[in-house]
Amino acid sequence: MSRMRALLRRRPEILLSPLVFVLFVAGWEAAVRGFGIPAIVIPSPSAVLRALVGGILSGELVEHFWVTSAEVILGFTAGASIGFVLGVLVGLFPLLERTIYPYIVAFQTLPKVAIAPIIVIWFGYGIESKIVITATIAFFPVLANTIVGLRAVPRDQVELMVAFTASRWQIFRMARLPQALPYVFVGLDVAIVLAVIGAIVGEFVGSQAGLGYLILQRNFHMDMAGVFAILIILSLMGIGLHLLVNAVQRRVVFWIGSTHDRVMGA
Amino acid sequence: MGTEARTVLPAEAPALSGLPALITARALNKVYRTQTGEDVVALRDVGFEMRAGEFVTVVGPSGCGKSTLLKILAGILARSSGSVTLAGRPIEGPSRDVGVVFQAPVLLPWRNVLQNVMLPIDIQKRPRAEAEARARALLRLVGLSGFETKYPGELSGGMQQRVGITRALVHDPALLLMDEPFGALDAMTREQMNLELLRIWTESRKTVMLVTHSIPEAIFLADRVIVMSPRPGRITDILDVDLPRPRDLAMINSARFGEHVARIRAHFQSLGALDA
Ligand SMILES: Nc1ncnc2c1ncn2[C@@H]1O[C@H](COP(=O)(O)OP(=O)(O)OP(=O)(O)O)[C@@H](O)[C@H]1O
Ligand SMILES: [Mg+2]
Repeated sequence: MSRMRALLRRRPEILLSPLVFVLFVAGWEAAVRGFGIPAIVIPSPSAVLRALVGGILSGELVEHFWVTSAEVILGFTAGASIGFVLGVLVGLFPLLERTIYPYIVAFQTLPKVAIAPIIVIWFGYGIESKIVITATIAFFPVLANTIVGLRAVPRDQVELMVAFTASRWQIFRMARLPQALPYVFVGLDVAIVLAVIGAIVGEFVGSQAGLGYLILQRNFHMDMAGVFAILIILSLMGIGLHLLVNAVQRRVVFWIGSTHDRVMGA
Repeated sequence: MGTEARTVLPAEAPALSGLPALITARALNKVYRTQTGEDVVALRDVGFEMRAGEFVTVVGPSGCGKSTLLKILAGILARSSGSVTLAGRPIEGPSRDVGVVFQAPVLLPWRNVLQNVMLPIDIQKRPRAEAEARARALLRLVGLSGFETKYPGELSGGMQQRVGITRALVHDPALLLMDEPFGALDAMTREQMNLELLRIWTESRKTVMLVTHSIPEAIFLADRVIVMSPRPGRITDILDVDLPRPRDLAMINSARFGEHVARIRAHFQSLGALDA
């Protein structure tokens, strides 16, 4: 019991964080009931929960969940891979950066939402167009961070490699690339969250399945509780993917933050 | 400096040791162009010779161009003018047969201690098995056995520096260039490492150039001490150390040793230099 108390004194958020959630949900429920807010404006938490459980049990949410997940994961993988490979090429050949980077930036400033309808026309209403949209959104943060990361190698590391007669390629493989990995993961973390947005935007523009498609359907039928249930699934999906990227990061970039001792006062 | 042009010495050293002068520097100048566009003269008219098998130390106040000189000899920094030759050939790039210790440890944080020590072997694609045995032996020598699988982030500054020293020795180079290798060590460890380095040098007949801030260390180790002064960095004296070998720590208290210290110190006092 005293152990528990000590733990709470050290990390009060363990108790405070769930408490905030409980208070928020309780307040929400009370407000909806107390003020008699109609369910088509704001549904009560209990109605959302019913819609969530019902949707999962009937299999409807599960089915659309898998469609969106596939779009996110395939689009993210494609976009991140292209971003990384392009970043590496740019890092290897500075001339390439000066030549094509302005065009990449120009493409990036183009709102993807605006080109989504074109992509749907080109690639159809199926999963393919969503993968393409997701990939175009996910690729830039990975590209930009890979380029920055490859430049981040300290001068003395390069001097060290050169002193031992390393070739350009060896310097790249043994120093610059590992040095860039922490940056690449920052890019991946941003990209995975953008990938979820990309898939939903694609589904909004034109689709026959997926959680974005389902949101439009339920919106049309004024099923607010059902929409909120999907939002919960989407945010859980985002959190799950973010944690996944972080878990991979900790394994790959193991030398960063390996110590548990915090700097005092920091 | 580009990595394309480089003189690669033959891996086997005997050709070197037969030559009278392994390194010759003549009228060597180095000017750095700073980011604000000014020129900093780091080396002015530096000239000296180093015979194969010789142990030369370099002392001088901070900023007098010691690291600059070492980097030029290591073939990682281009000189501005003058000539430097290694085994008769102009230095246009790094050589396989040179081991370098930098002023900072410069370890790769994603490689463990053993992997860091093996870096030159990996780069130069030398046979690993033999080198790894040598790496482990050298780590034991510098008091780091048991730390082979630790990562640089888990080591103290002095331990990291010792890993850097081991890395410079692992491919058994004929020429060793060391930039304040013992700067981060406590006095006791430092003396031990001095003796250990002398032992390695005696056994393997390497040619060593070692930069230090410590006048006694410079004398204790060296056949000759190059004394430098700053602004612009130049050689003010080259001192022959006539103390007998093998050296032991008791010699530090000898009268002859004291005379050498006094002579070098006099140079610094005339400069009004703060350190050394
Ligand atoms: N990359 C650089 N760009 C511009 N100036 C430099 C650069 N590196 C060194 N210098 C200048 O050249 C001079 C010599 O520097 P160097 O590092 O060789 O000194 P040092 O003798 O090794 O000093 P210390 O004992 O402090 O290590 C200094 O005045 C320094 O400011
Ligand atoms: Mg220096």
